[in-house]
Amino acid sequence: MSGMRGNRMRNDGRRKRISVQRMVQILSAVIINGYAVGFARGKIFTGKSKAFCVPVLNCYSCPGALGACPIGSLQAALGGRHFPFYVLGSLMLFGIVLGRLACGMLCPFGLVQDLLYKIPVPKWNVPKRVDRPARYLKYVVLFVFVIVLPIFAVSENGVAIPYFCKYICPAGTLGGGLPLMAANPRLRELIGVLFDWKVMVLVVILISSMFVSRPFCRYLCPLGAFYSIFNKFGFYQMKLDENACIGCGRCERACSMAVEVTKDINGPECIRCGKCKAVCPTKAISSGFCKRSNLVQSVREEG
Amino acid sequence: MNRANFKWRVVRFTAFGMSLLFIGAGLARQEHLDVLQKAVRICLECVGIG
Repeated sequence: MSGMRGNRMRNDGRRKRISVQRMVQILSAVIINGYAVGFARGKIFTGKSKAFCVPVLNCYSCPGALGACPIGSLQAALGGRHFPFYVLGSLMLFGIVLGRLACGMLCPFGLVQDLLYKIPVPKWNVPKRVDRPARYLKYVVLFVFVIVLPIFAVSENGVAIPYFCKYICPAGTLGGGLPLMAANPRLRELIGVLFDWKVMVLVVILISSMFVSRPFCRYLCPLGAFYSIFNKFGFYQMKLDENACIGCGRCERACSMAVEVTKDINGPECIRCGKCKAVCPTKAISSGFCKRSNLVQSVREEG
Repeated sequence: MNRANFKWRVVRFTAFGMSLLFIGAGLARQEHLDVLQKAVRICLECVGIG
């Protein structure tokens, strides 16, 4: 009954409301994968909406997917040896309008990682000396696996290979591979070493997600890497009122992406989940579209 | 409006305009049909068959 009202019971018996972020994430996952019969039939949706990219990492071979994955589409378009105007334009539009708000609020694989992090096991704070350099790995993944390899390393018959999808993407295995294999016996017959590899990558990421918050988003996601470029100047901005901030540090302790909220609130790692805003005792943090951010201050500090 | 904010606004709207321009160019070249063609078939690499 409590679930129907959108509430959960805490250990002490009080009801805890499901956060706005979680409700939006669930709604987004359901809408983006709205072709429910596909899961039962083991077939994918073939309607015209698949000509449009979704703003998140959601495999187009997921039986429920109603749209195209932008990273898969980008690799396919780059392999076609022409400038990918449509896919790149879509990615830029999502980046400039939403930025990493798409990661924090809309991404189904982000939701999976967030839910796994809720499992009560000891949490691991990745040391800064490991965490900071490791975050650049996602830019390497974007450049090498999504851009360079699909352009230059084509197969013998000239077909572009989506290297990121083939060797890394855990969202494809979880949303596409496993449901299709479960429902489609013909596909099950084709399982080989590659599938074992992809399941292993998925399992490692899912287990890591219980101990570290959003490890895939932090270190590997090429879409997050692309969107992070737009975080500083996109339409959606976070704002810290320095006059209201008392420097208690609650925001930084609450941040699941280990963003230095008081120093760089619109930094590339901020996924706009709003946890910092929720815990701020003085309401010094705000966010919204076309909000005037602390750009002036950050520019001055840099200069 | 100060100079720094103005600079970022210019970057924001230039990127926004470019994205719309790219989408328009892509639609004119019917690239959305390539996306559709790829997305309506099971991507064997994506699901781990290869």
